[in-house]
Formats: sequence, structure tokens, C-alpha cells
Amino acid sequence: MADSNARLTAAAYLTARTSSFTDLLAAAAPDLLPGARGLQVRADLAKELPHGTTIVAAAFAGGVVMAGDRRATVGNMISQRDIEKVFRSDEHSCIGIAGVAGIAFELVRLFQLELEHYEKLEGRQLSLEGKANRLAGLVRGNLGGAMQGLAVVPIFAGYDTEKETGRIFSYDVTGGRYEEQRFYSIGSGSVFARGSLKKLYSDGMDEADAVTACMEALYDAADDDSATGGPDMSRRIYPIVATVTADGYRRLTGAQAGSYAEAVVASRMTVPDGPQASLRDVHGRAE
Amino acid sequence: MSMPFYVSPEQAMKDKADYARKNIARGRDGVVIQYADGILFVAPNPSRALNKISEIYDRIAFAAVGRYNEYEILRKAGVRYADLTGFQYDRQDVTARGLANWYAQTLGSIFTDSPKPFEVEIVVAEVGSSAAEDQIYRITFDGSVNEEHGYVAVGGRADRISAVLKEHYSDSMSLPAALATAIAGLAASANGDRIEIAASQLEVAVLDRTRAHRTFRRLSGSRLESLLAEVAQVGAAAEAVQEAAAPPGEQSSAGSGSAESGVAESGESGEVSGGSTA
Repeated sequence: MADSNARLTAAAYLTARTSSFTDLLAAAAPDLLPGARGLQVRADLAKELPHGTTIVAAAFAGGVVMAGDRRATVGNMISQRDIEKVFRSDEHSCIGIAGVAGIAFELVRLFQLELEHYEKLEGRQLSLEGKANRLAGLVRGNLGGAMQGLAVVPIFAGYDTEKETGRIFSYDVTGGRYEEQRFYSIGSGSVFARGSLKKLYSDGMDEADAVTACMEALYDAADDDSATGGPDMSRRIYPIVATVTADGYRRLTGAQAGSYAEAVVASRMTVPDGPQASLRDVHGRAE
Repeated sequence: MSMPFYVSPEQAMKDKADYARKNIARGRDGVVIQYADGILFVAPNPSRALNKISEIYDRIAFAAVGRYNEYEILRKAGVRYADLTGFQYDRQDVTARGLANWYAQTLGSIFTDSPKPFEVEIVVAEVGSSAAEDQIYRITFDGSVNEEHGYVAVGGRADRISAVLKEHYSDSMSLPAALATAIAGLAASANGDRIEIAASQLEVAVLDRTRAHRTFRRLSGSRLESLLAEVAQVGAAAEAVQEAAAPPGEQSSAGSGSAESGVAESGESGEVSGGSTA
């Protein structure tokens, strides 16, 4: 198959006019496109597949942070306890995914390549808006799968080099693209994580505070949602944390993420429900 | 109705080869050379927008001389080949050898099948985890592939440049030393004597084996200027050594006297009529 593919695509490589990798795939090797195109999937299949769960993102002064828990579930079973759901998409952006893991990983791989392919062919990076729109197109490409229960929803965040600020975008299964202000969360535990972030987030907070707020939010999500994994202290499995600033993408090492997670867990030993928001003083952050 | 003239295959191929060779020689040359931490690419190129050196994949880069629109087609095709192969299998399954093969087949069939061959000469290089694992391939307009070690020059004056590179090259050179060698080689193609090469006239890039993921990096602006300043020091030191070693009057061995008049001619015609082949 590889040989016939190579022969078919030789002309396509030379004559293609597109800078989009997905369009190239569609023209040269459509069978490699991800998603459940044209397949009839059993309605209850989704229940038997691993799902990724909660991702949080928050903007801070000079960038944006994204963090994801490490649990994948099949129904009520934990299918993997050290799965990674936050990825570098290019030097100035990152992507997190929730939903059917198999399709989600393929979507991420395609998106990463889409950005790199464009950058190499055109000699420039896409604008952050351009990247966000391209991702919307890829999510829409899986609409057929989503209708059959194989939904994938990403969250996209990056540093806008034009506006010099961190920005966050969320999506729905139809490819709807929504810019989120300040912070956002997706996945099964997102309701709890967003509630937590709402109380902990403050404008202009620095990177370390933003990472801490995301850790607290993931802890709260894991506290109330069985599909979200909390920090696994015995196995030293901590949330994946990535930051994007003007200096580019940076993923915290296991030890760095661990020290944030340990601080959160330690504080919960005395205050199990976490930091308390101040009821009367609405101007200052709760100390 | 007139009968078409019979042209022997030998003659047809020779005509095509002569045509391609002549037009490639009108443009400027390029040098690819290994250094301790990777592979260095240098090409005289006054344009900031039209690149002769480009990234293909994580550890693979591409350099070309000849007609811009034609090697740009090949460059883009190479990126497509590499990205699709990497997507289908894995990133580590994209190799310079595979890409060089693909280019060889493509250029070979264009040379045989189409009335006009591509007027290009390209280099595909892959940086390994050590210098011994580096791979450099030179592919010519008719699809011939040569595996090179250490250094390679492309363009109409490649032979003359290679002679200079051979003289100055040594294994695991520093980056400034490698750049000095490359510039000395390119200078030999201009007028026999040393030419002034400003940062704005040079396109320089490296495949840096110490970098993770994407190893390709362009050197331009202040980074290139500071590197050229180091090169000037290396050059001065080398000259002092040469002067001490060789009796005065024989020190400029680079251009080698006999070739000098020929160099001047081709160098000049390159400047005057080489517009489209930049």
C-alpha cells in the first residue's frame, strides 16, 4: 500500500497548491484522514472507549497556562492513570483535549502537523487567530463522528505575539469557536474546575499564582467528579502543566508540577475544601 | 507536411544536460559543511524573502542552486513528502536517504520525460546524534545522487570550491571555523581573490544536533554578524599561520593561479546575466 501511495502522491506533492496538511491528505491520501468518516458506529460503542477528562486554562500577565489531569476512563473504569492530554501545538500555543481519546490524539497530531506544515511551506507562523480558526475546521471534520457519540472537544491557548497577551479559545463539536476571557475549563470535571477558578482567579496574577489556581481547580474537579484524577502522591503522577509566554512554550517538569501539587495537597490536609473566598471584601483576593 | 528530424537519444540527452548545466552555472553557488555540533549551510543570497536553504523536517534540511521557481517546487514537494511520511508512520521514519531517493526519482523522470529539465542542483542533509551519523546527499538535475562526507559544494563552480574546501576542511571544526572555510570556498568562485561577504549578502543556516525536536535554525541579523566577527578573527589567525608557514608571495594558495582567468569570466557572467537564476 505504501508503494502505491508513493506513486499516487508523487504528482500530488509536486503540483499541490495548498499549504494545509489536511487538504494535502484529502487530495493525496484520504484514507489517512482521522475520524469515523462514512462509518456506521454502534450507538453504545462510545461507552467502551477511553475518554479524556478535565483540562483547565488561565491567562496571566504575559502569557497563559494550561493544565490537565492524568485520568482516562471507560465508563466507570479507570483505563489509564498517566495519560497526557495537554500538548504543545507549536512554539507559541498549546492544545488540550477532552472526549474519545483515540480520535482526540489523532486530531492533536493532525493539528500540530498542520501548523508546522504551514510554517515550513510559507516561511511564517500563522497568527493565533489563524491557528484557532484552523482548529475549528478540524473539529468540524469530526462532526460525523460526534453525531455517533465519538465527540472530541479541544481547548486551545496561546500567546498572541501581535497583541502581546495570552488568549484562550474553546470549541463545540460543530467547530464553533469561542474566545474565552481570563480562564476556562473543558471535560467532565469542568463545571467544578470552572467554579473553583472563578473564586481563585484574579486579573494580572503572575505565572506561579496562575499555575497554583489551576492546580486547585483540578483538585476541586477531582474532588467532585469521579472521572477526573487528583494528584497521585504515591505514584508521583501529577497534572501536566504547560505555559506559553513571549519566550515560547514550556512544559513544567514532573518535579516542578509535583511541588505545586504537593503544596495544594498539603493545604487541603488542614482545609479540605481549599482556599476560602472572602464574603464581604469583594475588592481584594482572599488571603 | 514535413517529417520531423531524427535526433538520437544520446544527442537529446546531451543537449538537455548541457542546457541544464549552462544555466545552473550562471547562478551563484552554495556550500554545505559539517562542523562539530551539526551541519552548516551557506549560500550567497541578497534576497531575504527567496530562500535557498530551508527546513524540511526535524533533522533534515534542503539547499539548492539554480532556477528559483523550480527548486521551490522541489522544496515544497519535499516538505509534503516528509510530513506525510511522518504522519503515516512516525517522525523518526523520515530520513534523508528516503527523501534523496524520492528527489532522485522525481528529477530523473523529469529529465527524461519533459522537454526541459529542471535547472537545479540540490543538497539534502540530515544531522545525526554524532558527526559519524550525519548524512549529506547531492542530487543533480538528471537525478544522480552522490553521498558526500564532510562537505559539498553545488553550482557551476563546485569543483573549484570543493578544492578549497578540501584544503581547509577538518573533522569536528567549530562553527566559526566551518563558516570561515565555507566563505573561503565561495570566495574562490568569485574572482580568485577574497571577496567581501557582508551579513546581508549571505544566507546561513544550521542543523544543530544539540537542539531537541526541530534542529534547523537560521542564522541572520545580529547573530550572524557576531558569528562573522568571529570568522574574521579565525581568518586573521589562519592567515598569520599561513604567512609564517609559507614563504611570502605563495601564501594565497586558495584560488590557485592557473584557474584565475577562468574564474573571473564565469564570475562576471554570473553577475550580469544571472538575474533569473539569482
